Amino acid sequence: MRPIRVLVAKPGLDGHDRGAKVVAAALRDSGMEVIYTGLHQTPEMIATAAVQEDVDVVGLSILSGAHMTLIPRVMELLADQGREDILVTGGGIIPKEDMEELEAKGTGKLFGPGTATSDLVDYIKDWFSTKEAVL
Amino acid sequence: MTTAEIKNKGDYQVPAEVQAELDQLRNEVADWRRRYDASSKRDIAFMNSADEVEPLYTALDVQGGTGADPEVPGVFPFTRGIHPTGYRGKLWTMRQFAGFSTARETNERYKFLLANGQTGLSVAFDFPTLMGYDSDHPRSEGEVGKCGVAISSLADMEMLFEGIPLDKVSTSMTINGPAVILFAFYVAAAEKQGVDSTKLRGTIQNDILKEYMAQHAWVYPIEPALRLIVDNFEWSAKHAPSWNTISISGYHIREAGSTAAQELAFTLADGFTYVERGLARGLDIDDFAPRLSFFWDIHNDFFEEIAKLRAARRIWARHMKERYGAKDPRSWMLRFHSQTAGVTLTAQQPMNNVVRVAYQAMAAALGGTQSLHTNSMDETLALPSEEAVEVALRSQQILAYETGVPNVADPLGGSYYVESLTDKLEAEAEALFEQISEVGGVVQGLENGWFQRKIAEAAARQQWEIEQNRRIIVGVNEFVTEESELTIPLLKVGAEAEQEQKARMAEMRRTRDNALVESRLAALREAAKTDTNLMPFIVDCARAYCTLYEIRAAMEDVFGAYREPVFF
Repeated sequence: MRPIRVLVAKPGLDGHDRGAKVVAAALRDSGMEVIYTGLHQTPEMIATAAVQEDVDVVGLSILSGAHMTLIPRVMELLADQGREDILVTGGGIIPKEDMEELEAKGTGKLFGPGTATSDLVDYIKDWFSTKEAVL
Repeated sequence: MTTAEIKNKGDYQVPAEVQAELDQLRNEVADWRRRYDASSKRDIAFMNSADEVEPLYTALDVQGGTGADPEVPGVFPFTRGIHPTGYRGKLWTMRQFAGFSTARETNERYKFLLANGQTGLSVAFDFPTLMGYDSDHPRSEGEVGKCGVAISSLADMEMLFEGIPLDKVSTSMTINGPAVILFAFYVAAAEKQGVDSTKLRGTIQNDILKEYMAQHAWVYPIEPALRLIVDNFEWSAKHAPSWNTISISGYHIREAGSTAAQELAFTLADGFTYVERGLARGLDIDDFAPRLSFFWDIHNDFFEEIAKLRAARRIWARHMKERYGAKDPRSWMLRFHSQTAGVTLTAQQPMNNVVRVAYQAMAAALGGTQSLHTNSMDETLALPSEEAVEVALRSQQILAYETGVPNVADPLGGSYYVESLTDKLEAEAEALFEQISEVGGVVQGLENGWFQRKIAEAAARQQWEIEQNRRIIVGVNEFVTEESELTIPLLKVGAEAEQEQKARMAEMRRTRDNALVESRLAALREAAKTDTNLMPFIVDCARAYCTLYEIRAAMEDVFGAYREPVFF
């Protein structure tokens, strides 16, 4: 199977990148191809990078409380470019009910503090193998 | 420099009878070590933030093996505290960091905290403000008031402190990239209350080096950012002599993943860099050094954190006196704020966070902090609710009034373990200073990502240790239970704050003197092209109701913007 390509992105003005960097390194160590955007990205910048880099997964890290604006915006922009197939997942300081609302809108699973990186790896690999099996 | 070299600087001669006792102790310790090695131990790593610790410390481990500890509090190098009275003269200031939504709502929270016995204010700004964007800027969308209060002009600052006399409270403001602009708003808001800037007490964080290193709320490239900081040192020495012009912060470095020794060394190295920039400007060290203050993270390892605070005081005092030639003892004294470690709090079993915070707060007090923020139990889920903040504040009050901890200055001074850890952290910091010089100093190390890599590596190592169960986090990788929900309600900041801010800004832009705004901004832009001190120009812009972003952009036209080195 080809390697899974992941864009790890920091949308908005939030500067907390400890989690994003730990996750990016863990996904890379698990054999995925990982691109990290750096900080302070607009949803437009993230969607453009995701399409240009032809990734399978976008992982958004948000600790600023702006998740209800930024995550749906990234999804809309990907849909505008016909790339609803890209999995939008992520995590941060996101209250449970907001996670549920976002997941109902079609995001992948969202993860909170204390998640083991192995859970993220397993989740993405499972999603990918299910998707590949369908194709 | 080795620990022994540092400690033996005083040429202390061990008397013969003490030497005999030490020799006997050495034999006893060797005996104990044999029994220890032969006994079974629990199969976990006995480690602090970076290293395994010894199972026992004795007089042989302190003062380069001399067993001597000649220091008292209030004298150089202040290992045991900066005040001869410890906390008997003055308790630490209980200062809860707070801010959310609009200036009006945060003003109500401040009045609640003051009414409940809090003794100083601490402003948390929202991300747009931290980055220098107005609430109505397109990049602010969805972020206004979410993780702090939105302050886009003098008008917002006036509302934030409505009914709070600025000559009576001390205020800390956590702002860095655009710090001088927010400070100018504060100065202008005080003027509106009839309070002269010379009467202002408080602190502006203004520590840009740790922003590039860890927290990442920057605006300008490093050199012009440092110039603004020194402009503020120079201006405040005359116009705001009781104001702390900077809070040199380890907090964010630690939260981003560093070890205790890295937090200590990187922060003090930042401090030395600011001192050197002040001296290069031609300022007298004793004119600005007494207003430099510090800010430390208080993490989980109880004794290591106490030792870190003791080592910080000693290292700063020695360098200020011996390396930079400061003569005023106030320039030697490292004064600091502390905050319990947000990163140690868990979303799982969140009530446990109350206990973590209480232990960390006790370490801060035993380490001699001048002020303290205790985190709230719900911070891994949302901004703190009023109920959670109240428990956090009460935790400090219980520590201050019920435990007896503040009765005695540096009560752990003389503890073999704490003294040995203090010496070890000092030696590790000195070794890291050497490494920083080898990479070309702080600015060079930031530009090539050296600091950022060190911090990211330490963060990755800690995550690995947790996932390998080498580090136990209660409720996360051990003693895990089914979801236990927090019973207190979370604070919600809705979209109304953004709408209200946008409406207020539109009104403000319509009613202010826009010709004056343009001329003040033009004057600032011109001044930025020269070497002149920019503070008076920025304060003039604030008085004219120029907005945060307008002032930021005027200087950005000249200075440009910072671009981070991206890697993971």
